[in-house]
Amino acid sequence: MKILVPVKRVVDYNVKIRVKPDQTGVDLANVKMSMNPFCEIAVEEAVRLQEAGTATEIIVVSVGPAQAQETIRTALAMGADRGILVKTDDELEPLGIAKVLKAVVEAESPDLVILGKQAIDGDNNQTGQMLSALLGWSQGTFASELGIDGDKINVTREIDGGLQSVKLAMPAIITTDLRLNEPRYASLPNIMKAKKKPIDEKELAEYGVDAAPRLEIVKVAEPAEREAGVKVETVGELVDKLKNEAGVL
Amino acid sequence: MNTLLIAEHNNETLADATVKAVTAAAQMGGECHVLVAGSGCAAVADAAAKLDGVAKVLLADDAQYEKQLAEPMAALVVSMADGYATIASPASTNGKNFMPRIAALLDCSQISDITAVIDANTFERPIYAGNAIQTVKVNEAKKTVTIRATAFQAAGDGGSAGVEAVGAADNPGLSEFVNEELTKSDRPELTSAKVVVSGGRGMQSGENFPMLEKVADKLGAAVGASRAAVDAGFVPNDYQVGQTGKVVAPELYIAVGISGAIQHLAGMKDSKVIVAINKDEEAPIFQVADYGLVADLFTAVPELEEELGKAGL
Ligand SMILES: Cc1cc2nc3c(=O)[nH]c(=O)nc-3n(C[C@H](O)[C@H](O)[C@H](O)COP(=O)(O)OP(=O)(O)OC[C@H]3O[C@@H](n4cnc5c(N)ncnc54)[C@H](O)[C@@H]3O)c2cc1C
Ligand SMILES: Cc1cc2nc3c(=O)[nH]c(=O)nc-3n(C[C@H](O)[C@H](O)[C@H](O)COP(=O)(O)OP(=O)(O)OC[C@H]3O[C@@H](n4cnc5c(N)ncnc54)[C@H](O)[C@@H]3O)c2cc1C
Repeated sequence: MKILVPVKRVVDYNVKIRVKPDQTGVDLANVKMSMNPFCEIAVEEAVRLQEAGTATEIIVVSVGPAQAQETIRTALAMGADRGILVKTDDELEPLGIAKVLKAVVEAESPDLVILGKQAIDGDNNQTGQMLSALLGWSQGTFASELGIDGDKINVTREIDGGLQSVKLAMPAIITTDLRLNEPRYASLPNIMKAKKKPIDEKELAEYGVDAAPRLEIVKVAEPAEREAGVKVETVGELVDKLKNEAGVL
Repeated sequence: MNTLLIAEHNNETLADATVKAVTAAAQMGGECHVLVAGSGCAAVADAAAKLDGVAKVLLADDAQYEKQLAEPMAALVVSMADGYATIASPASTNGKNFMPRIAALLDCSQISDITAVIDANTFERPIYAGNAIQTVKVNEAKKTVTIRATAFQAAGDGGSAGVEAVGAADNPGLSEFVNEELTKSDRPELTSAKVVVSGGRGMQSGENFPMLEKVADKLGAAVGASRAAVDAGFVPNDYQVGQTGKVVAPELYIAVGISGAIQHLAGMKDSKVIVAINKDEEAPIFQVADYGLVADLFTAVPELEEELGKAGL
């Protein structure tokens, strides 16, 4: 079984971002970039399926600038076999990314595509579902457990009320939630080995899909600031303030 | 051009998120039609018909919609999408699951998790865990939108819209529901509760959560948690408040043994009043708390229960 894992390079989750003063976006100059944490979980799951003998090949793909190479290398160091970088300096939207990924799926014919449920920058939570629609495949989003069962896949999903299990026809699209696994750190020998693994560089234009951005970003602003309040000394004072000052009891 | 709002419900009752989403949908121009897709869900359609701002309710009552799986839901909505400029739903896990599938099938863009409607085509939404607010405009004939319900007031119930049945679409047959394990609780639902009491890693184990539950019961509150508490297995996944869990905005949010990581703040910083109980006076949660108590939670929480009792709760 062949698995494709799309990975995205994003601002590291520990970075507190700043909005640009001219409100055109977020200032990404000199900030630490990392693999989107949900994509790490996706790579880890694919590697575990390979270690279990279920998967035979893991291909990672990233759509983005030349630096997205580093993100692909990280996935290769975790255990993926080869990478594809679809180069573009445009900031594509989820539907555009999904169209590019569809073209990659058609070229590579994977049995399973595992994506993150959301990228922690755009917070869109769209790409996997859109890719699934474009391919006419089934989708198992927000997965916390996977089990291959012949030509079907059982997926446990994190939903608002608890957990839901579905059985999907393969090929399928999976998106990862936090509890699916705990991603490994790549070891130094594996980081060295990853340097020799192949990354195929493509230009976005080679795929012949119309992925041009369609939305207009009017502005990006700072959220309303919340001011720190007061410290109370005792629980009694807290209850008194909640009752008589805030009026919420 | 009209707006089609897909209702969130459990086949018996209409979710509070839908009642709030109607307020947003009614601001998007044209008539607001509500689609109730489910199985044996006529009572839900009747409840939706009473909401202010709803012009018509469409009822798709068929076994294949019982669990609102993405593949059949998308097929249904696409079959009836003509005539709608906007297709919307609450940003629940159901909406997040099927809405982008609908968008891609219609070759349109989706605006996720909107917190304000500027005009029929322009919306505000948080990005980067709520550290920036993006204003996005759609310059095309169709779009899908998911609505962060906590950002909108509940619609009134003075309406009297008609209910029309709509036929089922062909089921793509790609997916099958197996089972679900829903967390059972007599407490209010997390995202609509007026008071939320959340515990973090500082709680140390699931066995200590009943301590918070006693406080929650005195306040009529829901119980939530940080990711760390869920990952450690103290409480189920559906308790998680934050950027990648549930977003809440109650009148009162009490954070106990939670440090206040940006991912957690993203899910609760729009609460009206925030209380933090933490033994580390440097914890970032105090930067957003209206009332901070630097104390060991294992003494402060039982004391809080007692003091609330004394205050007549
Ligand atoms: C005007 C404008 C400004 C923008 N500004 C920025 C910006 O400042 N910084 C920035 O990083 N982005 C920016 N973008 C891009 C945009 O925010 C999203 O990155 C893009 O739309 C994808 O959405 P998402 O990552 O939130 O997708 P989601 O649907 O949340 O992503 C889910 C999963 O899809 C996969 N995926 C997503 N993107 C890729 C990719 N490129 N390659 C491979 N797999 C992928 C991953 O598996 C990921 O876990 C901008 C876009 C526009 C139109
Ligand atoms: C991709 C991604 C998504 C994430 N999504 C979310 C999300 O949706 N929601 C979320 O919450 N987090 C999320 N996180 C995790 C987040 O970054 C933090 O790790 C998490 O919120 C920390 O939880 P905590 O505050 O309970 O634990 P900690 O940060 O460990 O804090 C525990 C606190 O308890 C206090 N404490 C300990 N003992 C006591 C005591 N006896 N009395 C009083 N106080 C005590 C400590 O002083 C400390 O401040 C995400 C992270 C990533 C990478």
